[in-house]
Amino acid sequence: MSKDIRIKKGLDIKLVGEAEKTTENAIISNSFTVRPEDFHSITPKLVAKEGTKVKAGEPLFFNKDNEAMKFVSPASGEVTEVLRGERRRIMAIKVTADKAQSYVDHGRFDLNSDADALKAHLLASGCWAFIKQRPYDVVANPSNTPKAIFISGYASAPLAADLDFTLAGKEAELQTAVTALSKLTEGGVHISVGKGTNSPLANLDNASIYMVSGPHPSGNVGTLINKVSPVNKGEVVWTVNAQDLVIIGELLLTGKFNAERTIALAGSSVKKPRYFKTKIGAEVSTMIYDNGVDKDGNDRIISGNVLSGKEVKPDGILDYYSNVITVIPEGDDYEFFGWNKPVFNKISPSRALTFSWLTPNKKYDLNTNTNGEHRAFVVTGNYEQVFPLDIYPLQILKACMYKDLDEMEALGMYEVAPEDFALTEFICVSKQPHQKIIREGLDLMLKEIG
Amino acid sequence: MGLKQKLHNFKVKNQDKKWLPGFNALFTFLYMPNETTHNGTHIKAADDLKRTMNTVIMALVPCLIFGMFNAGYQHYLAQGLIESADGFLGASFWTWDNLVIGLWKVLPLVIVSYGVGLAVEFIFAIIKGHEVEEGYLVTGMLVPLIVPVDIPLWMLSVAVVFGVVIGKEVFGGTGMNILNPALTIRAFLFFAYPTWMSGDKVWVHGANAATGTPDAYSGETILGSLAQNNGTLGHDIWDMFWGIIPGSVGETSKFLIIIGALFLIFTKIGSWRIIVSTLIGALTMGLIFNGVVSAEWISESSKFYGLMNVPFWQHLIIGSILFGAVYMATDPVTAAQTNKGKWIYGFLIGFISIMIRVFNPAYPEGVFLAILLMNVFAPTIDHYVIQGNVKRRLKRVKVKAA
Repeated sequence: MSKDIRIKKGLDIKLVGEAEKTTENAIISNSFTVRPEDFHSITPKLVAKEGTKVKAGEPLFFNKDNEAMKFVSPASGEVTEVLRGERRRIMAIKVTADKAQSYVDHGRFDLNSDADALKAHLLASGCWAFIKQRPYDVVANPSNTPKAIFISGYASAPLAADLDFTLAGKEAELQTAVTALSKLTEGGVHISVGKGTNSPLANLDNASIYMVSGPHPSGNVGTLINKVSPVNKGEVVWTVNAQDLVIIGELLLTGKFNAERTIALAGSSVKKPRYFKTKIGAEVSTMIYDNGVDKDGNDRIISGNVLSGKEVKPDGILDYYSNVITVIPEGDDYEFFGWNKPVFNKISPSRALTFSWLTPNKKYDLNTNTNGEHRAFVVTGNYEQVFPLDIYPLQILKACMYKDLDEMEALGMYEVAPEDFALTEFICVSKQPHQKIIREGLDLMLKEIG
Repeated sequence: MGLKQKLHNFKVKNQDKKWLPGFNALFTFLYMPNETTHNGTHIKAADDLKRTMNTVIMALVPCLIFGMFNAGYQHYLAQGLIESADGFLGASFWTWDNLVIGLWKVLPLVIVSYGVGLAVEFIFAIIKGHEVEEGYLVTGMLVPLIVPVDIPLWMLSVAVVFGVVIGKEVFGGTGMNILNPALTIRAFLFFAYPTWMSGDKVWVHGANAATGTPDAYSGETILGSLAQNNGTLGHDIWDMFWGIIPGSVGETSKFLIIIGALFLIFTKIGSWRIIVSTLIGALTMGLIFNGVVSAEWISESSKFYGLMNVPFWQHLIIGSILFGAVYMATDPVTAAQTNKGKWIYGFLIGFISIMIRVFNPAYPEGVFLAILLMNVFAPTIDHYVIQGNVKRRLKRVKVKAA
């Protein structure tokens, strides 16, 4: 019962440094860190104080607004540091890992239980964090019943980890998780897979499968939602990342919260881009230096993909939702007459003495230079070329900037997440921070409308 | 230590100075800045506003150069000193003498336009503490092309100051303005100094000065002549197409404007929707007037007859409608911003331009007025286009509820 979704608007950004399909075990990280900021809008209430011994899957903190919602440690060990920021806000909780890992045993979950039991189980075991909701793109509110649940099984972002590769062999976990999730909604679970790929998600039961094709953002879950069943006012949909289904599935099958994940190390600064088996919250330094980047190189390390990921320092960590670490060169240098000379080595959606249109299959080595300064919005009509949703991107961005809640709502703010605006931000001539504008707009709506 | 490093150190050393945006404008002109992305997308496409504006300027340069030659050519031709050129490559057109007159008359216009305009931009950038924005790079190039060649430089300066301050800076600078600044400047000149901006003495260099002397000659435009039912002054269609006719500095050569338009469309900088729909609008109105004439609703004695009787397609090569459609109407800030809105916006510009052209007895060119009028209505057009999207969204909810 698969259906086709084909999008035309978009842009495939082809970059140097795609990960080779071989998996290595990463050096075991000394410490694992959980950063509450990964869970947007959640106010953490600390459970595990400094010095506490925790097992893998034991709560570190819970949601202040909903005590049942636990956020757990990805590894067993001792909480050695709780980093606080302004007004004692918790920035990071660092767990120094034990040599031998021990897990909290929740026991095998009976899949015939009702939805409430399942919710309670996911909340208590820390797996709830993987379920996000729209509107607002935040961790889902368990008191809602979503219209439907959406999962993207196709990663179209530049240098993204190939989900067909990282999820191979995990069919049992994926099926268990999907079956369980299908109990939480009446609208069913909708999964997109790349057309013509051999996805382990393609043959799952209890889900509607969609074959997507076309340029990025065809693999974004936001595109899937917009094409299948856009979020209307008063409705809620949930989304789960495909790689997190494995963790949910394993929890339900074995009772263990196993934060293990196959991630891609990619980017043009990496000598040998490849896949690693590691855990959520692991230090990126355990992966990036072996056959990777130069120790004293001037590089940008990103937890996530180049469009929506977070910048991390070499002592930083893999964040809770990412399955790729990208390293690209920093671009903090001036370029002589960079604004008017012909450009062959950068991607451009226009042809204004930029020649990327001549070589659509060339892979580029882009750096982090903004290629120009921040300006007011001037050019119009270009965002629409890369934005497949039925929304006016420029107008919704402006509505967010002048904080008109009615207009934001009318233009479709309930349907979007920041990552949907990654491509418009990439091509923006005025170098405006679109994802930040949308995030702030969503935060404002969450605060004012809830 | 290279120049790059020296400039960088200078910038860092003076980073809290008020005048730094002024320095930065020059620095970023020389070097693309070292700014890097923060969270958000970590990579960015190659285009920035400078590159976009620069592309438009490149599309304008052929018109400017042609305008220089044409200034000299019209000057000598009116005095009867040279033969009229036959076609675009005519021997008496591309001559050194013509260019010298052009350089003497047109280059000062360019220099004053840029000098005064950028000075205003720099002052505002420093007062407001933001970077100097690039919008004026195109405006400054457009202005010399849409004024008569003999306009006094002080008049141009006053107009530029007015246009940039009232047309743009009071709204918050590039990207915020409602009216096209170049056309605001043109409109100011027209309404403040009408005798300088119309009539039959201003379009050819020296025509005004020669008035009353035995060597007096006229420099009338074809449009002005048609408006008085005097025909096309002996210029044929090809003269108009190639542009070897009197007119504002840069708008006469339809051939070069079409080349510029193709370049803008190819580079995806200019909106083909606006250009095409403006031309469609103009042709539609031209057809309607042709229909009026052939239905014999007006007689040959009517003062509108001359222009109404122009075959509809010739409206595109008379006057400055093509220049307006390609370089003025497409200004993304003041045009409609939605794709559907651009069709409506362009169509109405073309439609109203020809209407004003035919019905306005005092000043037969209506393009700048039509564009300014539609600038004002562009947000309204967008509003209704966007409402379509909003309604679709609301309908989705209703279908659900039903």
